[in-house]
Amino acid sequence: MWKHHGKIERNVVLLSVLTLLTVAIGGLVEIIPLFTIETTIERVKGVRPYSPLELAGRAIYVREGCYLCHSQQIRPFRDEVERYGHYSLAAESMYDHPFQWGSKRTGPDLARVGGKYSNEWHVAHLVNPRAVVPESIMPGYPFMRRALDFHDIADHLKANRAVGVPYTDDMIKNAKADLEAQVSPDADTKAFLARYPKARVAKFDGEKGPVSELDALVAYLQILGAMVDFSTATPENLKQ
Amino acid sequence: MPTKIEKDDVTGQQTTGHEWDGVKELNTPMPTWWIYTFYATIVWAIGYAVVYPSVPWFTGHTKGTSGYVAREDVTRQIAEARGAQAQWRDQIAKASLEDIAKNPDLMAFAVAGGKAAFADNCAPCHGSGGAGAKGYPNLNDDDWIWGGKLADIMTTLRHGIRDQDTKTRVSEMPRFGADGMLPRAQIDDVAEYVLSLGNRSTNAAAAERGKPLYTDNCVACHGDKGQGNAELGAPKLNDQIWLYGGDKTSIVHSIYFARAGVMPAWTGRLDEVTLKQLTLYVHSLGGGK
Repeated sequence: MWKHHGKIERNVVLLSVLTLLTVAIGGLVEIIPLFTIETTIERVKGVRPYSPLELAGRAIYVREGCYLCHSQQIRPFRDEVERYGHYSLAAESMYDHPFQWGSKRTGPDLARVGGKYSNEWHVAHLVNPRAVVPESIMPGYPFMRRALDFHDIADHLKANRAVGVPYTDDMIKNAKADLEAQVSPDADTKAFLARYPKARVAKFDGEKGPVSELDALVAYLQILGAMVDFSTATPENLKQ
Repeated sequence: MPTKIEKDDVTGQQTTGHEWDGVKELNTPMPTWWIYTFYATIVWAIGYAVVYPSVPWFTGHTKGTSGYVAREDVTRQIAEARGAQAQWRDQIAKASLEDIAKNPDLMAFAVAGGKAAFADNCAPCHGSGGAGAKGYPNLNDDDWIWGGKLADIMTTLRHGIRDQDTKTRVSEMPRFGADGMLPRAQIDDVAEYVLSLGNRSTNAAAAERGKPLYTDNCVACHGDKGQGNAELGAPKLNDQIWLYGGDKTSIVHSIYFARAGVMPAWTGRLDEVTLKQLTLYVHSLGGGK
C-alpha cells in the first residue's frame, strides 16, 4: 500500500483526481441528506418571513456583529430552557440567511427576547446599556438614532426570495410601504398585518421623524422567538 | 528522485530515503503511546456512532442503540426537577397568595423561586435589587402606581401595562403640550403647583396660577391633593418619589409630552406558579401592602 502512496505523490494529476474524489465523498455524505430537509424542520405554526422593517433590523444586527456576543440558540438543556424559555427550533431560523445562532455568550441569549422588554427599554438600553443595567459591559449604539437607509429594501426581500424565503410578489411590491406602515401606529396597518401577522406596530424609538436604525433593530428584537405558536405544538410536531 | 533508505548509525532509525544536497531526513516513527491513543479514538468513534444517533440518511438518520434524543432528555429532566419540588409547587398552585404569605415554609420556597425568576426576567428594568431606574419603578418602596396589594401585583405581572395583552392595564395621560391643550406658560404654572403639592415650590405666584389649571385638568386622575389613584395608574404627586424625575424640567416634560411606560405581560412566558412566586417576592421586598 505504501508503495502506491509514493506513486500518487509523484503524479500531480493522479494526486488531484484522488484528492477531489476523497473530498467529494465527505461532501456528499454531508450534503445529500439535506435534500430531505422536510424531516429536519418541525411542523409548527406561526413562523413567517421577516417584515421589511424587521429584515432591515436584522441587517443592522449582522452589521454591528451582535452575534459575536449574543447567541440566538436555546439549547435543549434544563438550565437554558429554565432561563430563556422553550429550546430553539430549526423552524424558527428557516428564513434566516444566514442564521444568527452564534457560538459565544458574552451577553445573554436573544433567541426569545421578543416581547420580554418594552420598546422604550430596548431604545434606552441600545443607546446606553448602563442607563438601565448598571452592570452591563455592552457598548452603546447612540448613533443608531440616525435615519435608516431603506431605498433598496425591496431588493433585500428579492435576495432572500432567491435563497428560498417565500416572499410573495405582493410583499415585494409593498416592501417600502410595509416598512413605513410598521412605524405608523395611527395609520391603517391592516394590509401590513395581514401580510406579516403578529408584527409589532409602533414608532419604536419614541421619536418623531424618519424611520431610524433603532426602529428597525428594535422591531427585529421584538419578534425574536415570538413567532411560533407553542400552544398548538404537540410533541409529535416537534419531532425532527 | 532516487529512493535509498538507509539506517542512521547514530540514532538507529531509518532515513526517509530522500537526499537534498547531502542532507538526509530521519523517518522517526510516532511515539507508540500516541499511535495507540489515536487507534483508541477511532474505536471510540465507531462505538459512539453505534450507540448515539449519528449517520444521516435519506429518510432521517440512524437512531443509535441508546435511542437518545436531546429534546426528550431535557423534557424529562425538567419534569423530574418539577417533581422534586412538587410538594411545594402543588401547594403554591392551590393556595391563595395570602395563605402562602402566612405559611413561613411555603413563603420561603416561594420567595427563593421568585428571586431567581426576578433576576432572569425583571432585573434588566427594575434593577437586580428592585431599586428601579428612570421610567422603571422602585419595587422596594411603598409607592405603587398600579397598587401594591398581592392581587394588584399579580394582575400587573400577568397582563402587563400598556402591553399587547388584551387585559393589560391601560391609562393614557394626555399630551398637554404636544397636542396643544395647554400653552407652555400654563404648563410651567401647573408644574409649579405640582411642586407645591410636595412643598417644594419656589414660586408661590406661579403655583397659585397653576392651581385652577390643575383642578380642571389633573384632579380627575391624580386627586385634589396629588394623592394619585392606583385604579387608574395615576402616580402620587405629593411625595418625593418620581418615576421620571421630580425636578421642574422633568415635570414640565411629563406634562408636555406625557409618559406611558410599558411593562410586558408575563402570562405565557412564565407559568402560573412562577408568577405567584414572583408576586410574593416583589411584595416581600419591603413595600407590599
